[in-house]
Amino acid sequence: MKKKKSKRVIPGFGLSMGVTISILSIVVLIPLASLVAYTAQMNFGQIIETITRPRVLASFEVSFLTAFIASVINAVMGVILAWVLVRYDFPMKRLLDGMIELPFALPTAVAGISLTALTADTGLIGGFFAKFGIKIAYTRVGITIALIFIGIPFVVRAVQPVLEKLDSSYEEAAGVLGASRARIFRKIILPEILPAAFTGFGLAFGRCIGEYGSVVFIAGNMPYETEITPLIIMSELQEYDYASATAIALVMLIASFALLFFVNLIQARNTKIIKGG
Amino acid sequence: MQNKETGSKVVKWVLIGISVLFAVLFLILPLYTVITEALKQGWETYKSAVTDEYTVSAIRLTVEATVIAVVINTIFGLFAAWAVTKFHFRGKKLLTTFIDVPVTVSPIIAGLIFVLTFGRQSILYPYLQQLDIKIVFAVPGIVLATVFVTFPFISRELIPVLEAQGTDEEEAAALMGAKGLTIFRKITFPHIKWAFLYGVVLCAARAMGEFGAVSVLSGHLRGKTNTLPLHVEILFNEFKYVPAFAVASILVIMAVIILIIRSIIEYRGKRAK
Repeated sequence: MKKKKSKRVIPGFGLSMGVTISILSIVVLIPLASLVAYTAQMNFGQIIETITRPRVLASFEVSFLTAFIASVINAVMGVILAWVLVRYDFPMKRLLDGMIELPFALPTAVAGISLTALTADTGLIGGFFAKFGIKIAYTRVGITIALIFIGIPFVVRAVQPVLEKLDSSYEEAAGVLGASRARIFRKIILPEILPAAFTGFGLAFGRCIGEYGSVVFIAGNMPYETEITPLIIMSELQEYDYASATAIALVMLIASFALLFFVNLIQARNTKIIKGG
Repeated sequence: MQNKETGSKVVKWVLIGISVLFAVLFLILPLYTVITEALKQGWETYKSAVTDEYTVSAIRLTVEATVIAVVINTIFGLFAAWAVTKFHFRGKKLLTTFIDVPVTVSPIIAGLIFVLTFGRQSILYPYLQQLDIKIVFAVPGIVLATVFVTFPFISRELIPVLEAQGTDEEEAAALMGAKGLTIFRKITFPHIKWAFLYGVVLCAARAMGEFGAVSVLSGHLRGKTNTLPLHVEILFNEFKYVPAFAVASILVIMAVIILIIRSIIEYRGKRAK
């Protein structure tokens, strides 16, 4: 009796759970259940046949490879940006800090057409590289650039709070004891921010695998070359081939859930650091 | 020692230089491009593209979907955060995992699952047809997709704040006889005010810009099921670059406003602590 009382002193449990479960069911659970139900009707051999089509396999390669490269670049750039924003003072720092969030606020389609115009042969950046015979838009390089744009805030926002909490007295002590800056960074700072950088990397990678809006414009969408997996799903849907679309979507879902699982594992460690455990 | 000092200064400015260069190339230039391309053929062309009948109806639909998404996710976010942080119950972890699902799936897959739920091969389809309700390739589908992709945005901001605050104050108020709504208004809400506003801003930003999921569920009917980002796509694919960038510039302005509001909220929120 006593235990029950202490549990439910605050009113509104029934109401808030009711509303939460109802809305969650309509928006998330029922649609997810229909995906599961639809998959259950499908023939396993048919799923395998669909996802091993050469064109689909090529799209997996394009999607995962470009997302991976972009996320590695973002992991490095994100750590540098977070470091600069936390440790240094310089003019217009607040502006830079605010701008990091631009990819979250700017619609992906707008980013897509803008980056395409910039990197096409007639564009400001594309024109410069075209002189050396390098094409950016409509190649995998273009896809990677769009994904760097999309992914950068994930790493910066993951690393920043950890750097802010980092006690600089260890670095000072190491410096007094004669350690070089490179050594201090490697031995003291890097181990602390690595889990956060991995979390950011994982979140960016997950987002980039599924990214559609910013990529379709810049990719050129050549089968086997620059066709991403979400675009294949999209074209299957436009041909009303729901079975193929679902089979390919399943592969992506499994990949992103596996990724999320690893991110959560790392993040559990990360929270300990932020909370000072 | 002197040497080390100047060395660290060099490192400092090199790193700042790299950061600023990155920001200019990846963040400022794209914005600059949208504005210059939009105004390439002068102010008059810009104005006619922005006030075009189809653009105006796309703005209307985008605003409509965004408002509905913010309202639904606000209701959900407040109740879910209250349930998750003020009570102990079994399956809490599972509940929060499901709430987070929408942000981990690709927008195209988000569109796909709604097509499977309400499209013509669904078991619900005959009933929907009898009731004459059209969801896929119609406005309700667009709204649903928008709600889905922004689903956890508000609850995710509220839950950590409420968790850190604990339940002592609410319990005390409840024991003194305060009603649920009074407790929420007088005690809980002041704590979460800034986090809540922050969540609303993030939700609105994503809702107005959603492309992939909405693209799957929209019939791409101009004037009917076309949101601003979809309108940008259609114009761009028709090689109408100047109008495409003009319409995109509306979204850029909205994004910049959102970023400014976000910074203000973050600043005030930090000061409130």
